[in-house]
Amino acid sequence: MDGALLEPTLYTVKGIAVLDNDGNRILAKYYDKTIFPTAKEQRTFEKNLYNKTHRANAEIIMLDGLTCVYRSNVDLFFYVMGSSHENELILTSVLNALYDSISLILRKNVEKRGVLESLDICMLALDEICDGGIIIDTDSSSVVSRVALRTDDIPLGEQTVAQVLQSAKEQLKWSLLK
Amino acid sequence: MTKLFQSKDVILRRLVYLGIKELSSIANDVIIVTSSLTKDMTGKEDLYRAAAIRALCSITDGAMLQAIERYMKQAIVDKNSAVSSAALVSSLHLTQLAPEVVKRWVNEAQEAVNSDNIMVQYHALGLLYHIRKSDRLAVTKLVAKLTRMSLKSPYAVCMLIRITAKLIEEEDSGSESPLFEFIESCLRHKSEMVVYEAAHAIVNLKRTTSRELAPAITVLQINCGSPKPTVRFAAVRTLNQVAISHPAAVTACNMDLENLITDPNRSIATLAITTLLKTGAESSVERLMKQIATFVSEISDEFKIVVVQAIRSLALKFPRKHSSLMNFLSAMLRDEGGLEYKASIADTIITIIEDNPEAKETGLAHLCEFIEDCEHTSLAVRILHLLGKEGPRTKQPSRYIRFIYNRVILENPTVRAAAVSAMAQFGATCPDLLENIQVLLARCQMDSDDEVRDRATYYSNILGQQDKSLYNNYILDTLQVSVPSLERCLKEYILGTTEEPFDMKTVPIASVPSLEDKETKQKSEGMLHSAGPIKPAPISREENYAEKLSAIPGIQSIGPLFKSSDMVELTESETEYYVRCIKHCYKHHMVLQFDCLNTLSDQLLENVKVHLDPSEGYAIMGEISCPKLPYNETGTCYVILKFPENDLPNTIGTFGAVLKFIVKDCDPTTGLPDTDEGYDDEYMLEDLEITLGDQIQKVNKVSWNTAWDEADQSYIEMEDTYSLSSMNTLDEAVKSIIQFLGLQPAERTDKVPEGKSTHTLLLAGVYRGGIDILVKAKLALADGVNMQLKVKSTQEEVADLIISAVG
Repeated sequence: MDGALLEPTLYTVKGIAVLDNDGNRILAKYYDKTIFPTAKEQRTFEKNLYNKTHRANAEIIMLDGLTCVYRSNVDLFFYVMGSSHENELILTSVLNALYDSISLILRKNVEKRGVLESLDICMLALDEICDGGIIIDTDSSSVVSRVALRTDDIPLGEQTVAQVLQSAKEQLKWSLLK
Repeated sequence: MTKLFQSKDVILRRLVYLGIKELSSIANDVIIVTSSLTKDMTGKEDLYRAAAIRALCSITDGAMLQAIERYMKQAIVDKNSAVSSAALVSSLHLTQLAPEVVKRWVNEAQEAVNSDNIMVQYHALGLLYHIRKSDRLAVTKLVAKLTRMSLKSPYAVCMLIRITAKLIEEEDSGSESPLFEFIESCLRHKSEMVVYEAAHAIVNLKRTTSRELAPAITVLQINCGSPKPTVRFAAVRTLNQVAISHPAAVTACNMDLENLITDPNRSIATLAITTLLKTGAESSVERLMKQIATFVSEISDEFKIVVVQAIRSLALKFPRKHSSLMNFLSAMLRDEGGLEYKASIADTIITIIEDNPEAKETGLAHLCEFIEDCEHTSLAVRILHLLGKEGPRTKQPSRYIRFIYNRVILENPTVRAAAVSAMAQFGATCPDLLENIQVLLARCQMDSDDEVRDRATYYSNILGQQDKSLYNNYILDTLQVSVPSLERCLKEYILGTTEEPFDMKTVPIASVPSLEDKETKQKSEGMLHSAGPIKPAPISREENYAEKLSAIPGIQSIGPLFKSSDMVELTESETEYYVRCIKHCYKHHMVLQFDCLNTLSDQLLENVKVHLDPSEGYAIMGEISCPKLPYNETGTCYVILKFPENDLPNTIGTFGAVLKFIVKDCDPTTGLPDTDEGYDDEYMLEDLEITLGDQIQKVNKVSWNTAWDEADQSYIEMEDTYSLSSMNTLDEAVKSIIQFLGLQPAERTDKVPEGKSTHTLLLAGVYRGGIDILVKAKLALADGVNMQLKVKSTQEEVADLIISAVG
C-alpha cells in the first residue's frame, strides 16, 4: 500500500452495482473505462464480489484494487466501488444515498421484486446520484424528488387532498374515454 | 426516437435521456436529437432541464458546443441547484473534449462556488480546480480564498483538502504555512468525512514529522473505536500506512488496535494485526501469532497474503524468532488456499532460509513436507529446484533424497522431471551419495515420459564420467543465456547456412536481475533462478533494447548487444531539457543512447544530437540525431563509439557532453512553430563516465569455489593489495566493490555477517567479448578497510585492467 496523495478530482466513484441474492446483476454501472471494459469482466468481478461479501455483513472490502462498500437487505446487495485510495466515508455516503433513495422509491419494501417493478425509476435515481463517476447528489429526498415519482405510486395516506382529487379526476376521465 | 420526445410521461422522457447518454458513444447523427434536447434544456420544466443538459453534453461535439455555449453559461448560474449542478458536471466531462471552450466559463463557475447549495459548491470547486490546475498561482489564490470562507459542503472541503495537500507537496512548505494550518483545523470539523480526509492528507504528506502527525493519529485512534465498520476500516488502513514510515507514532494506538483484532470484519482485523506486527516489539510476536492463527482460516486469500508479507518482514527484523514464525507458516501451508497464497508462503520461507542460515534445516524440512501433498505443479517444481540447490549443503543430504524420490514415483511428468534434476544435483555435490543416486536415476530411465527419461539418461551419463568439471558445467551451472535471445539466435542460424556449428558464445548472456528489481518484485532469488525451462523468462531489459537498437541502421552491423547499463541522469530532472543516458556495450563498440525530454512548452527542438568529447583512444563511429522533439515528449539520439583497440586501460574514461539542437519558438497550446527559421543552441550536460562495470556482465556462479579451483590451468591469476581508507565498515566496502566492478557476488558473500572483522567476497562475471572473470576479495577491517584482490581471467589484459582500475 503506497501512501499516494489523492489526486484532487471529482471523479470519485468507479462503479455502482445492485445484485440479487444469487450474485446476478440487477443494475450495474461502471464509470471508469480502464477497469472492467467488457461485460464479461464485469460479471466475473461481480461474482467474485458477491462470493466474498454475501456471508459476512462487514460493510467494506478491498477487491481487485478497488475499495467496495456494501450493504444488503432481504435479497438485494448494494455495492459502491471506488479506487483503493479513495476516502471510504465518501463512498459510504454514496452507498447510503443509493440505498435510501431506493428505499424511498419502493416505500421501504426493498426487495428484488420491488426493484424490478420500478426498475425505470431506480435507473433514474442511479443516474441522479452519480453521473460518469461524479457524485451529483447524496441527499436521498432530493434525489427522489428529481426522479419525479409517479403520483399514483404514493399510497393514499401520504398524498395531499389535491393530489387525490387530481388522480381521481384523471381516472374518471380515462373511464369516460373508454 | 424523436417521437418519444412528444411523450408527456415524465418517466419515459427521462428514460429517453438515459438512453441517449448510453448510446452517445456509438451514435453518429446526433443532430436530430440535439434540437429537441436544446428545447428541453431551455424549457420551463425543471425536471427536464437538468437531465437534458447532461444528455446533451454527452452527445455534443466541439462545433456544436459553440451553439449551446450561451445556454450553458446561464445554466451554471441558474438558481435551481439541480440545473446548476448538472451544468457544472457536464462542463467537467466536456473539458476532455473542448478544454478551450470550458475555460471561458470560469467566471460563471466562480459565481457558483458561492452558491448555497452544497452540491453546487462541490461541483463548482471541482470544475474551477480542473480549469486552473496547470496554473499554480491561480490554484494558490483559489485555495487561499476558499480556506478563509469556510465551505458548507463536506465534499467540497474534502476536495479542498486534497488540493491543499497537493500544493503543500509541490511547494515543500513546512508546518508553519497557512495551508498546513488549514488542514489541521479540518481535523476538528464536524463532519466525520472531512476529519478523516484531513488525517489521511497529513499522514500522506511526505515531509510530515512525528510531531505534526500526532493530532492526526489521535483522530484516527478515536475513529478506531467507532461503531461503523467503514470508519474503523478507514482508520486502521491509514494507521497501517503510517506504521511503514513512522512506526513509533503508531505505538500509542496499540491498545486500540489490539481490540480490533477480534473485530467481526476480518479485513479490519487483518489490517490491525499487520499494523501491530509492524510496530510490535520482539516480545509480543508470539502472542500475536497465536491470535492470527485463530482467525486466519476465515479471511480471504488477499488478506492472507498481506499477513504472510507482514510475517516475512517480521522474520527479517527479528531473526531470532524464526522458529515460531516458521511453525506458523508451515501450519498455514497445510491449510486450504489458492496458488498465489501458497506461493507467497513458500516465498517467505525461502527468504527466511536465505537470510538466516540457522533456519535453513527447519525451513527445508517444512517445504519437503509441503510438497508431499502439493497440488500446484509450478510450486512443487520450484521447491524441488530449491532442494536441489540447498539440500546437498546441509548436514544430512540423504534425508531429502527420500522426499525427492517420492515425487518421482507419485507425481505428474513435469514434477518428475524437476525431481530428477534435483537428484542429479545431489549426486554431483555429495560423492558418498553418488552410488545411490545412480541407482535411482537408472530406475527413472524406465519412465513413461520422454522428458523425464531424457533427463535421467543425461544426468546418469554425466555422473558416470566422474569428472568434476563436467559436473560443474552441465549440472550445477546451467546455461546462463537469456532464453528469448537464444531463440532468436537459433532462428537466425537456421535461416543461414548451417555448415558451421552453432556458437553458443554469440548468444548474449542473461543479466542477473539486480537487487532493486528483486526488491520491487518482492520475489526471492530462489524463485527467479528456477525460471529455466519451467517458467517463460520475462524478456529482459537487454532484450528490449537489443530489439530497438537493431532496428537502427549502422548499429546492427556491430554484433549482438552485450550489456546495457542503468540510466544515468545527465541533467537534473527540473531543468529545461532533461537528458538521460543508457550505455549499451558491444564487443568492440559502445552505443550511447540519450533520452531527451523537452520541458519547455514554447519551444520545438529539431535535429537534436549530443556532441561528445571522447577521451583518448575512443573513436566516434557515427551519430544518429533525433529529428524533432516537441514539448513533453521524449526523443532519442545515439552516438556510436569504438573502444580503443589493444589498449584496455584507456577504455575507462570520462567524456564531456554537449546537447546541440535547433530551437524553434512555437505556440505553447498547439505546438506548431511560429516561424520556419530556428536558431542553433547548445546545452551543457554533465560529464559521462564509462566505467569498468559498464563492460562487464554479471554472471551467477552457483558453485564458485569449484570454478575457482578449476580455473587454475587455463586462467591467468593476478593479485594486489589495497587499502580503502574511505570505507568504515565491511558492508560499505562490499557494496562499493560490487558496484564498481559490476560483477555478480557468488555464494551469498555479498552479505557480511555481523560482528566480524574479516570477510571474503567472491565475484564472477564476463567481460565484453566473452572473457570470464573470477574475483576473490579478502577484506579486513583495520584503519579503514584493507583488501587483497585476486583476479583470474582467461586474458591477461583483462585481469590487469581490473587490478589497475581498482587502484
